[in-house]
Amino acid sequence: MAETVAARLSATGTANALELRGVSRLFGALAALTDISMTVQPGERRAVLGSNGAGKTTLFNCITGDFPPSSGTIRLFGEDVTDFPPYERIRRGLRRTYQISLLFTGLTVLDNVYLACRGVSRGRFSFIRPRRNDALMASARDLVEAVHLTPARDTEVAALSYGQQRQLEIALALAGAPRFVLFDEPAAGLSPTERRELIEILTNLPEHIGYMIIEHDMDVALRVAESVTMMHNGRIFKEGSPQEIEEDPEVQELYLGGGLAHH
Amino acid sequence: MAVLDPEATGTGGLETPWWDISRIPLVYWAVGLILLIMPLIAGDFILSQILSWALILGMIALSLMFLAGYGNMVSLVQMTVAGVAAYMTAIFGTSAIDTISLGWPWWVAAPLAILVAVIFGTLSGALAVRTEGIYTIMITLAIAAAMFYLVRQNYTLFNGFSGLNQVRAPEFWGVVWRDPIPFYYVTLFCAVLSYAAVVYVARSPFGLALQGVRDNARRMHALGFNVTAHRIAAYAFASLIAGTAGVLLVWLNGQVSPGTIGVGPAIDILIIAVVGGIAHPIGPFLGAILYVVLRTFALDVLVALGLGGERFQLLIGLGFLAVVFFSSDGLLGLWKRFRERAKRDPVTGETR
Repeated sequence: MAETVAARLSATGTANALELRGVSRLFGALAALTDISMTVQPGERRAVLGSNGAGKTTLFNCITGDFPPSSGTIRLFGEDVTDFPPYERIRRGLRRTYQISLLFTGLTVLDNVYLACRGVSRGRFSFIRPRRNDALMASARDLVEAVHLTPARDTEVAALSYGQQRQLEIALALAGAPRFVLFDEPAAGLSPTERRELIEILTNLPEHIGYMIIEHDMDVALRVAESVTMMHNGRIFKEGSPQEIEEDPEVQELYLGGGLAHH
Repeated sequence: MAVLDPEATGTGGLETPWWDISRIPLVYWAVGLILLIMPLIAGDFILSQILSWALILGMIALSLMFLAGYGNMVSLVQMTVAGVAAYMTAIFGTSAIDTISLGWPWWVAAPLAILVAVIFGTLSGALAVRTEGIYTIMITLAIAAAMFYLVRQNYTLFNGFSGLNQVRAPEFWGVVWRDPIPFYYVTLFCAVLSYAAVVYVARSPFGLALQGVRDNARRMHALGFNVTAHRIAAYAFASLIAGTAGVLLVWLNGQVSPGTIGVGPAIDILIIAVVGGIAHPIGPFLGAILYVVLRTFALDVLVALGLGGERFQLLIGLGFLAVVFFSSDGLLGLWKRFRERAKRDPVTGETR
């Protein structure tokens, strides 16, 4: 563990958390992403906005390697990870959540989180059952507590409510020592209370953990992010601070319909 | 049969350590005792031709249950893996064909045979894991069929159509281990060990990760797991069980031939696992008992009814059809439903 912390500190000092150069992704003849270049500082928190089909989730898929980009390079903490499989990127501190929960429905909440903790540490192939004082199991319990799921800890995930599944989705992305997290619409479908809890979880993350968040709810997005990237038709349309984006006439015309001008 | 209670299936119970014997339900002790004293009750025929055979088939089906139940990989190659171990035992050890058999002692031949089977199973797995669902079935079926034709047509190594016969089980410590009673205990020991290994591994990081792959392979990638490597490792583990069963099989039958590893037997293993139930490791053994009993007595039943004995396959098929018709999750599912109904008050419908 010590060496990963050391590596993280040295990396945060020298390199950008994320650096995309000319990233494009084609699905057949359809260009889902065209020539995306962006730089995210370590610890930076950025919202990605844009209408449906703007390429936000495809961008995430390229960064994590779920679908590799058709062209361009992706650097994670200074390291070129363009040709890495997803699990190698995850082991380097990248995490993500999914728009539609991708959970292990046949396992309990605790086992789900335990797997997430195990995935970024050694012993993934261990045939030895975790002992009662297992350190990873303990951190899995803490993580379950952190997303307020302790009452449902031993429940099979298939039996969880929608809101609980969304919380678990976030817990899976925070296992181990995350350095940069991609949140894909974490607030979608949540009740106002659950939304408040989510904002609290995001704003309370340790400072060195940066993230990018796709969020349709401008209220949530602008409260948890310090910078904003607007996407349109697979390209970056505008980048700036939340205030600049809010006040930009072009953006207002395209997406906000002036609705947020008086906020 | 308390094996179906959630606390016994190993999904919960993290608070009590796994080695705490008070966690083992009473039914396990009862079944274990009956199995142990079986030689006092049953004759030689029941011991070797019913129970030992069922335990061996149960182990092979268990290896399929491990892959299908925990990893969602329906592999038709498990019987072939067992067959490879059987052939290798005959080739490395002794058989009537002394131009082929190397005549090495059993304690060299058997472990080597299992090793070759594990390598074969792992390579088959490596080919199969890049596919999903029906394509996995097709690829493993193709490997099984290819292996069948290889051993049938190759005379230099596998002695072609007639295979290798007069394969002897070991004899040491003054015990002829092929005798029904010793052999029954050997298979029982191996079967219980395999069963316990599967139950134990299912809750280990490796087993949990395999179930994670089953539920959501894409998410496993996004948690830092190399899904392909995990699946291949699962094939290796399953091959260890199937290979061990294969060595026992050749010792039980005294011979191995292409018929042992044909497409028919490969599908029989699938039937055993599905009819028994792939939700829990006990299922394959239940399925194997039913299969062996039907296989052995269907002919007698038909003849007793005045019908042609050659139609025994029909009776076997009808038996399996009946099980699957009433319960999509096999005998395990039937039993589970029966228990739930028994627990319920017939008037109010509430759980007692």
